Amino acid sequence: MKFEDMLDRTASWLKGSGPNSDIVISSRIRLARNLEKFPFPHWAKKPDSEQVLALAAAAFEKTPELKDGIFLRLDDFDNVDKQFLVERHLMSNEHAIRSSQKALFINPDENVAIMVNEEDHLRIQVMESGFDLDTTWRIMDSIDNRLSEVLTYAFKKEWGYLTACPTNTGTGMRGSIMLHLPALVMTRQINRVLEAIAKLSFTTRGLYGEGTQASGNFFQISNQVSLGSKEEEILGNIKGVIKQIIEQEEKARESLVAEHREMLEDRIWRSYGTLKNAHIISSNETVELLSMLRLGADLGIVVDVERSLINELFILTQPSHLQKFENKKLSANERDVKRAQIIRERIGG
Amino acid sequence: MICNICNKNQATVHLTEIVDDKMSELHLCDDCARKKSMQMEQQFGLSDLLAGLVDYGKQLSSVDKEATAAMHCSACGLTYEDFRKIGRLGCGECYTAFAKYLGPLLKRIHGANQHVGKSPKGISEAAYSEVLKTKSPTVNELKVSLQQAIEREDFEEAALLRDAIKESESKMKEPQNNKEPEKKKRAKQ
Repeated sequence: MKFEDMLDRTASWLKGSGPNSDIVISSRIRLARNLEKFPFPHWAKKPDSEQVLALAAAAFEKTPELKDGIFLRLDDFDNVDKQFLVERHLMSNEHAIRSSQKALFINPDENVAIMVNEEDHLRIQVMESGFDLDTTWRIMDSIDNRLSEVLTYAFKKEWGYLTACPTNTGTGMRGSIMLHLPALVMTRQINRVLEAIAKLSFTTRGLYGEGTQASGNFFQISNQVSLGSKEEEILGNIKGVIKQIIEQEEKARESLVAEHREMLEDRIWRSYGTLKNAHIISSNETVELLSMLRLGADLGIVVDVERSLINELFILTQPSHLQKFENKKLSANERDVKRAQIIRERIGG
Repeated sequence: MICNICNKNQATVHLTEIVDDKMSELHLCDDCARKKSMQMEQQFGLSDLLAGLVDYGKQLSSVDKEATAAMHCSACGLTYEDFRKIGRLGCGECYTAFAKYLGPLLKRIHGANQHVGKSPKGISEAAYSEVLKTKSPTVNELKVSLQQAIEREDFEEAALLRDAIKESESKMKEPQNNKEPEKKKRAKQ
């Protein structure tokens, strides 16, 4: 696997399959792990950080689950390349901004990504398509077990895995589900749902995680508490909440179809029409319109566009992806033109 | 009423600030209010929230405060005061050094302070040192060896090391190599 080839590949979590994939885009779990005897990244001096990088690279090489992946030192990556990785949900924006002595490991399917020296020494992420926390956890658990046989994790029996921020102590685990909830937004029920979630100590974020706003009807819901319950229990709680949200969204979709079919079809077909024909399109408009097109595909109203293609377009139309396609820096206006072109090429009939 | 900050525009926003138990009122125009709220957002990050939590529910006397401020982790040197400011611990050992205060803090954050989840499979000392041995040297380590080789005038070794550095740099940064001219162009723009 090579970094350069990534532009032509699609991550497996975007395939639009798996349980409830009409509503759930992806299931993601991340674990925070630190190495014993090394200061946490924000407090570490350069030689310590270098050693953590070397230990991590050696450990990944010894882990069969991480075969054929790439280990990218981010120090001298340029901004477009770093943002490209952020846009693919492989690393955080924070990791891109301050990138000295930092690395990112990615496996060929892009369902496993490990940030080295982010807030913690290791931030392991596993991402799967659809509503499937069980598979996601199974993969994560085995990677984590393997790594713990070759690395000494900072761990205390009483408090579990020790992390830089005490909000992650314990399991060090965050499970997140990415949901597409257009019908709850259109029927103005979304705030009620999100308020109820917040009361149950879950957090809601936008497409790109921490600090990002929800846009295009996409919401990422994750657990807040990481200490005091078993991993499976925490994931079980998330599953329970998500199941209810899925039911609510399904009901809202049914009622939209039953009571406002013309209005709904109009919005969907207009979105499709614009995407097919536009020559200049902003990133915000793209997300809004793709969201409607996806709803159309999920409801069987639009039948000639694959769900996986729509998912893919959310990523391909991001600024750094567009610049990588063109292989040069593009101004905002130039990006809007390139974006429209990429969309037309892929879904234009 | 005139804005307290620019002393020019009409104040439309009225703020009450409480700092160290002292209340003060601020009357601001739209522009200054916007600037002020941006400042506040930037300042009020997670670490502030955490710092608030650290002391919450515990009315520390000034003697206590002095005692906790002087506490530090002997492994990494982080003081409790540092932790209060940045909201991040310095290393795993900090958890032992500040155990007395972290226990209640974890309880406040998570509603529990006993881990019941999985634990590491564990690794023997021998196996860990084996990992340390088998790891291929990093570019920086190679560069240090190169410097040492040059200093002792072992040019044969230096040439080998230089090739090794070149090779591992190109391995790590294949994308960058292909795009060098473009990167320079960008920098000029």
